[in-house]
Amino acid sequence: MSDTTATATTTATAAQGRRTPRRSLVAQALQESFFAGLLAAVLASFILGVKTVDAPGGLQLQYRWHWVLYAFAIVSVGRFLLILFWWRRDAKLPAVLGAASAGAGRAIAPLGKWVGLALVAFAFIFPFMPFTGRYELDIAILVLTYVLLGWGLNVVVGYAGLLDLGYVAFYAVGAYSYALLAKTFGLGFWTVLPLAGILAAIWGMILGFPVLRLRGDYLAIVTLAFGEIIRVVLLNWQSVTGGPDGITGIPRPTFFGLEFKRFGENTFHEFFGLEYSPMHRLYFLYFIILVLAMITFFVTNRLRRLPVGRAWEAMREDEIACRSLGINPTNTKLTAFAIGAFFGGLGGSFFATRQGFISPESFTFIESAIILAIVVLGGLGSQIGVAIAAIVMIGGFEVFRGLEEYRMLLFGLLMVVIMVWKPRGLVSTRMPTIFLGKEKKAISSDYVGEGSG
Amino acid sequence: MEYFLQQLINGLTLGSIYGLIAIGYTMVYGIIGMINFAHGDIFMIGAFISLIVFLILIGLGVTWIPLVLLIVLLVAMLITSAYGWTVERLAYRPLRGSFRLAPLITAIGMSIFLQNYVQIAQGARVKSLPPVITGGYTLMEVDGFTVQLSNIQIIIMLVTVVLMGIFAWIIAKTPLGRSMRATEQDSTMAALLGINVDRTISLTFVIGAALASVAGLMFVLYYGVIDFYIGFIAGIKAFTAAVLGGIGSLPGAMLGGLIIGLIETFWSAYFTIEYKDVAAFSILAIVLIFLPSGLLGKPSVEKV
Amino acid sequence: MSRPILSVEHMTMRFGGLLAIDDLSFVAERGRITAIIGPNGAGKTTVFNCITGFYKPTTGRITLTHENGETFLLERLDDFRITHHAKVARTFQNIRLFGGMTVLENLMVAQHNMLMRASGFSLAAVFWPRGYRRKENEAVDLARYWLDKTGLLDRADEPAASLPYGAQRRLEIARAMCTRPVLLCLDEPAAGLNPRESAELNELLMSIRDDDGISILLIEHDMGVVMKISDHIVVLDYGRKIAEGTPQEVRNDPAVIAAYLGVADEEVEQVEQEVGGAS
Repeated sequence: MSDTTATATTTATAAQGRRTPRRSLVAQALQESFFAGLLAAVLASFILGVKTVDAPGGLQLQYRWHWVLYAFAIVSVGRFLLILFWWRRDAKLPAVLGAASAGAGRAIAPLGKWVGLALVAFAFIFPFMPFTGRYELDIAILVLTYVLLGWGLNVVVGYAGLLDLGYVAFYAVGAYSYALLAKTFGLGFWTVLPLAGILAAIWGMILGFPVLRLRGDYLAIVTLAFGEIIRVVLLNWQSVTGGPDGITGIPRPTFFGLEFKRFGENTFHEFFGLEYSPMHRLYFLYFIILVLAMITFFVTNRLRRLPVGRAWEAMREDEIACRSLGINPTNTKLTAFAIGAFFGGLGGSFFATRQGFISPESFTFIESAIILAIVVLGGLGSQIGVAIAAIVMIGGFEVFRGLEEYRMLLFGLLMVVIMVWKPRGLVSTRMPTIFLGKEKKAISSDYVGEGSG
Repeated sequence: MEYFLQQLINGLTLGSIYGLIAIGYTMVYGIIGMINFAHGDIFMIGAFISLIVFLILIGLGVTWIPLVLLIVLLVAMLITSAYGWTVERLAYRPLRGSFRLAPLITAIGMSIFLQNYVQIAQGARVKSLPPVITGGYTLMEVDGFTVQLSNIQIIIMLVTVVLMGIFAWIIAKTPLGRSMRATEQDSTMAALLGINVDRTISLTFVIGAALASVAGLMFVLYYGVIDFYIGFIAGIKAFTAAVLGGIGSLPGAMLGGLIIGLIETFWSAYFTIEYKDVAAFSILAIVLIFLPSGLLGKPSVEKV
Repeated sequence: MSRPILSVEHMTMRFGGLLAIDDLSFVAERGRITAIIGPNGAGKTTVFNCITGFYKPTTGRITLTHENGETFLLERLDDFRITHHAKVARTFQNIRLFGGMTVLENLMVAQHNMLMRASGFSLAAVFWPRGYRRKENEAVDLARYWLDKTGLLDRADEPAASLPYGAQRRLEIARAMCTRPVLLCLDEPAAGLNPRESAELNELLMSIRDDDGISILLIEHDMGVVMKISDHIVVLDYGRKIAEGTPQEVRNDPAVIAAYLGVADEEVEQVEQEVGGAS
């Protein structure tokens, strides 16, 4: 009897307790939203509210104070909704989303093999799907290029824990190597491809050697500087690189000597007795990058399970302990740098042959930032995560093509939002490289180190 | 010799601007150990706000330049600080104590966001402003070559020196400065002793942004040409300056700024202007490799 | 008797103005457990860091001699080369494991150099893994041996950071042993262990000495451990050697007592007289 009363009272107080803060919560939310909006209005005032316009006789001003009002409205309403549905302690939305993503991550990690195989199978039949047109194929090629680059950079940042902000330098080395070797010496794509990779790897070692002693953020900034140096050199070394005009007329790849041209000798469509179609080359490019990406996956995945890969990860966890076990830190880091650079070079070669034209404009810091974002958002060290992130980021980026100039804005915003929401990336668990027992369990990200870089 | 002197003056002016930006980097790095990648873009925003407020005031018919500049300075500092505060609040604070790469990524994201935000709002075209402060002194005249010290150069160096003085005073003597130094040493301990660490860090960003906005204003006045992209290169160079001077050290940031400004100017003057950025970046690499703690920084000993 | 495995001669280490080690000389005999003890700040860990190459001594010579007579001058080698070529392994005072890797992976990393060679520097094994698999199995067998010996066999697939403290200490020893050292340097292996774990540690260390024939150099605070298992003890205070000998000798050495009890130098003589009757 007394038990029931007690329970009843508890429920009553609990209900009351829940009701009282609800009212004040709304009031508080309104107040906070108002101030957030006010801040947004201040921020927007002179940047959004006034536009400078070129006019004869100097800059003219165009007032559009209503934009400030919009900023106020969007931010305050957004903040209000966030407080009510996201930040509240008993809000269901974040819990549901969090559980879903954690569940997905947990499901993906051990199923990695099957998910991966399914993805690969889909990738192989993708060009022949009824909904795949020229545009879809183009995007798919772009996405695969970034998947390859992401997997390459993942070796450096994800496995070895070295923060490289200048990865685009190796991409550029690969692209220019192919363009110059193919144009100057008439070498074919398949000959130059490994050469370009090796050249990029050598550059990786040349740039890597002096800086690998640096710790974390310093390494990041020096690699960024190197990336910029390479770009500036490409821009100004007119006689070799063509300067800002770049290199045009880069040879396209051939299918065992057969060219993808409408006219000429040894064309692909004549040899196989097909009607000429520009799509043939696109299919061919698609399969080239798919195979290159698969090779990247295979090699990097294997390397992770081999001694050098374990040493990379160990180096990320604790460099001093590594040294105490007889591991040469410079060599280990250099191999990571060189192998990452090698795949960057492959990607660059492919980029050059796909575009037929390259210029320093394609190799800006933004490119490095995008690749790094893919690796970090996917989950450092997780190859599946990197692939998913590349599809989401690059695919999403292309979907928003209609928005033109707002794309990069959204891209930057997305980077911030995803990071704040999931700092360790989409797939944050780590799969061990060897097991003694039968059960293969992934390691929670709580234990995994993040490296000195 | 005259040419050299002229370049020296130009280099010191440029260096002052870098130095002011570098302080923002060095303070943030000192206090929370992260590279605030968006700081260069905060400087760019400061420059834009300065330009726009300046044009508004001229449009309103305020023509007494000292008054105009004072108002521009105050408004730019205020609003740019609000940007600095907001960036910290949105992109860095939620990630404090989390995975160390995360705030770096959000910083890069913020940098991309701010650049495109200004590009959309103000257009991608270069904005130019005719010289506002003209005149100057001819220091020397030999064989038809003159060494000029213009008024704007004097103002830039003067403002930099005054701001440095105020800033050094804040750090050394005020309770805020004491909280900042304590947080830098050990933020957990500082929090235990009743220092509001979050607020201290916020104020660090606010001060850094305010100084960057001053640099932005002076950049507008000195060069008269800005676009949404100036923050990136200036940011890297200012960071280089901060590292060169020894990150975490305020006089170091100023010294580093001056050295970078001088190197860049002399390189452009005596070698090739195209490769001036390469010179600055190479200096960065060389300093980090051979003198990782910078000129005035504290050397760190590896703990085993 | 063969030459001692390790001999330290006139080693001095300065950090700026601070004299951390002052003209230290001692030897560690082969197949024995040699302990370095001393009050806090006596410079014990610095001695270790010099021997294992993490610091370079200001002056002095550190010679390691293998059983076949091959000698290494440790003060001239990089830290990782000391482990690789001279075969000196170490543990750390504040445990340094690869927390995000499993226990077994930790032990595999320790066999890095052997496996690197077997895998053709890993690059060959990407495409031709067969020969490497055999070597890897050997490495797993060695790991299994040490896991068994340290009682970690059933936790082999768990992340190292998830182990309890005592197990982490043992894992660090197992990992050091997987580098196949001739000299094992342990920096306070008993710190933070409960009495039972500490007793198990004694067993383990004695077994490493007797069954595996590895010489051990030990820094320890826990006198229970030191006195029970050490064959030879070196006592440091303020970077200088103040005594050395068997546990029995050291225990009764007045200078040692003075150092531990914090008696000023002038009073040592007096303490000596007081204790003198006992020895």
